[in-house]
Amino acid sequence: MINLKTPITEEDILKVKAGDVVLLSGTGVTSRDMAHKYMVETLIEGKEPLSPEDQRIYEELKKTLKDGFVYHSGPIVRQQDNQWKFISSGPTTSIRTEIYQHKVIKAFGVRVVIGKGGMGSLTLDACKKYRAIYLHGIGGAGVLNAEAVVDIIDVFKKEEFGLPEAIWKIHLENFTGIVTMDAYGNSIHEMISEEVKKNFEKLLLSGGNNI
Amino acid sequence: MNKDMNLRAIIETDLFYEALFNLIVATASELPGDVVDALKRAEDAEKESSVARLVLSRYLENLELARIKKAPLCQDTGIPLFFIRMQESLRRDIISAQINKALEEATRNQYLRPNAVDPITGRNSGINVGKGFPVLHFDYWDREYIEISLILKGGGSENVSCQYSLPYSELKAGRDLEGVRRVVLEAVKNAEGKGCPPGILGICIGGDRESGYLESKRQFLRTLNDTNPDPVLAALEKRILNDANSLWIGPQGLGGQSTLLGVKIGTLHRLPACYFVTISYMCWAFRRRSIKIGADGQYTIT
Ligand code: SF4
Repeated sequence: MINLKTPITEEDILKVKAGDVVLLSGTGVTSRDMAHKYMVETLIEGKEPLSPEDQRIYEELKKTLKDGFVYHSGPIVRQQDNQWKFISSGPTTSIRTEIYQHKVIKAFGVRVVIGKGGMGSLTLDACKKYRAIYLHGIGGAGVLNAEAVVDIIDVFKKEEFGLPEAIWKIHLENFTGIVTMDAYGNSIHEMISEEVKKNFEKLLLSGGNNI
Repeated sequence: MNKDMNLRAIIETDLFYEALFNLIVATASELPGDVVDALKRAEDAEKESSVARLVLSRYLENLELARIKKAPLCQDTGIPLFFIRMQESLRRDIISAQINKALEEATRNQYLRPNAVDPITGRNSGINVGKGFPVLHFDYWDREYIEISLILKGGGSENVSCQYSLPYSELKAGRDLEGVRRVVLEAVKNAEGKGCPPGILGICIGGDRESGYLESKRQFLRTLNDTNPDPVLAALEKRILNDANSLWIGPQGLGGQSTLLGVKIGTLHRLPACYFVTISYMCWAFRRRSIKIGADGQYTIT
């Protein structure tokens, strides 16, 4: 297993390859469908001048995401004595942010994208160009993944996006993931899809009428 | 008071509401034994120090943590599907109101994620109650107790469920069991890692488009280790399971032999012109629990 800790350098990223198991620690944000749309359409590419609140979030994200991570996740959260806690959280399907992800990687200097199911060629190219990786979490292991969220530092857009879609600034300690897309252009997902396709075609040939 | 009267009174009580609340908590935080056993077998079957084995062992670790903490084992607590069997004289509206109350309370206490979203405004109802949410199915019997099964079906796996109309020329799938096998395997291939494998398939051959989906989901009420009473379907289930597990999709779609934990097939009479094959995909976090409530108010959750 390889340990990665934010701030993550270009060198760190070049040391890991698709297939490696990584324990990730450090600071970043959760960000799923709505948050990605907001980061790109309002913060990065917005034509209107930013409201003071959006400006504040933009500055915060620039600091947090530089050499940090975005985590595709919609947690179950609880607030007790003014402190938030993740009760159950885990990676959600990443491909839904494919049209935004490469722009977020580029604009903020994100090093690690955490999610599940893998992403497409836009993100794979951005990983190569800007030295980032895609880390596949253990989907469905909500409590285990929540244990790795040791601190919730802040939350943005909570009222507007709702609790699962809000941007949670968190601190991770030893979050387990598998690198499935690296900065060399390798994608485990592409390799597996190829293999699955071949196996599927074999199974079609093996058909007969007596099952 | 006769027994029937008792059940009528019971469904209006706080005790009934509490029983439902406990059913929801149990379903969200603990998988049924047959599913845990199947996951353990899958872990044993994967190669030492493979990614597949690592993922499965983390699944099992997570189950243990969730059970101890009574926390939702996956953060997507899905859409609640209730299957209710009871005497016909009992009032559905009362049971439905009690279920809604229990869902709201379970959501407020973070046993469920608020999951009911208005498709037009994007507003989350915040309490897991909305139009058509939860889904309730009633069946009637004469027994002296009520049985309620709850399945929490996550969105990732629901997204990869699908329905084929045979013949399906792309795969040369005709209107026979070989045609069924072909389209089902394609559905598993297309789902790849998106439904959090190893998955469980509920399949319906026949019916119309609506009844096909319902019957495919009803198959999830069967335990993984049962045997289909129809020998033809039993053989088809086994064949598809073996075939799918040779695709090499594996846990989380990261490669491995454990692509499916089970295949369950039911049939409905079809129209002469239609031959639907409906495939509902269930993720590894197969949350299915049941409760039996007697006329004396005693209940057990299994
Ligand atoms: S598919 Fe199932 S296990 Fe995976 S995230 Fe969704 S509900 Fe959880």
